[in-house]
Amino acid sequence: MPDYFSGYSVVGLVAVVGVAFVAVAFAAGHLLRPVVPTREKMLTYECGVDPVGEDWAHTQVRYYVYAFLYVVFAVDSVFLFPWATVFADPGFGGVTLVEMFVFLGFLAVGLLYAWKKGVLEWT
Amino acid sequence: MDVLDTVWRLLALLVAFLVLPLLVGQLEHKVMAHMQGRLGPMYAGGFHGWAQLVADGVKFAQKEDVVPARADRRVFQLAPAVALLPYLLVLVAVPVAPHGGVVQALDAGLFFVLAVLGVGVLGSLMGGWASANKYSLLGGMRTAAQLMAYELPMLLAAASVAMAAGTLSLPGILAEWEWWWLPWQIVGGFVFFVAGLAELHRPPFDAPVADSEIIFGAYTEYTGLRFALFLLAEYAGIVVVSALTAVLFLGGWHGPFADGLGWVWTLLKTAVLSFVVIWLRVSYPRLRADQIQRFAWTVLVPLALAQIALTGVVKVVLS
Repeated sequence: MPDYFSGYSVVGLVAVVGVAFVAVAFAAGHLLRPVVPTREKMLTYECGVDPVGEDWAHTQVRYYVYAFLYVVFAVDSVFLFPWATVFADPGFGGVTLVEMFVFLGFLAVGLLYAWKKGVLEWT
Repeated sequence: MDVLDTVWRLLALLVAFLVLPLLVGQLEHKVMAHMQGRLGPMYAGGFHGWAQLVADGVKFAQKEDVVPARADRRVFQLAPAVALLPYLLVLVAVPVAPHGGVVQALDAGLFFVLAVLGVGVLGSLMGGWASANKYSLLGGMRTAAQLMAYELPMLLAAASVAMAAGTLSLPGILAEWEWWWLPWQIVGGFVFFVAGLAELHRPPFDAPVADSEIIFGAYTEYTGLRFALFLLAEYAGIVVVSALTAVLFLGGWHGPFADGLGWVWTLLKTAVLSFVVIWLRVSYPRLRADQIQRFAWTVLVPLALAQIALTGVVKVVLS
């Protein structure tokens, strides 16, 4: 078990190196670049004309049903990974294969249902 | 694992992370130009404009860093780092050569890689939201929609390889790899690569940064160094997705004389896939946001499920 986690100490080290790289880049940029803010420059960019209305505008999030679908499917598919490492081991064989088709059947029926219901149409 | 060895590996990782994306970027300049009957950059550096991206970098570093007055300042400034760093972390687990030719072999490498890869998109989301700009917000929303649609086929295709190899470790997967996995997993490879393209919002999946509709999506308000980091993240993403596709589906370091030249094979396969990414940009028109969603859910997800079924049956029959 200590071996298993020791690998991630290198990952942590790389994360530290990465953060240091970005910090150095930002600090160097701070020294190199000019700072001449004007009111016009700080305006929100809308193709050159003055911005109209609220910035965080209300938009219709059309894909929220996709988001539900995604959560359902992704949680399912996470279970695939531990199963994938053992399913062909001696002693499992045919049984796990049947299980797999049951699992895929559930996913496929769910997807077909969403499709039939017109959830996969944007408008 | 002694200290010196680790330092060398980290150094090699950092150099690869900074150089490979620039090579892909320069390749894109030149390949696109020649496919369109142009010459591309010819001046910077003297020989066929080889130093164009270095010159671009110098230019970016000198530009003023403008944060819009109405933006969410902290989040806005952090977003490029969040977009860039996951790709550095992913490279840690990608095996380049046989016999320990990897910065750090992780037992759950495949899982780690997929998890960290998803974080990069958060950078675009943060930028899109924090810019307080309508176009950025729309771009961020499209990025989020695209991530959700394409993460699933990507996970399923990767699971198929894990099933075939019986391990989640990337070097372990390559150790198990045989040449006939190529036709066996080809559908999964297609799904994985296309889903990777979509997560990077590369053409034809570049609706989140569609210049004719929403300027440059989530990156509209960025300038200078922060903009450069976003661009670097995009090209690092191309390298990472190509390298992962090469490792998972094309056999990574497998090839003639793999013991000595394994790293050449990995780089070659990654380069060819990067070339395909650029090629697609030149040859395909942009898909609409709804077409992008439909393609993921009605083509890629069923294909990935079929690949899992095929992998399971073949694996159980063989064992």
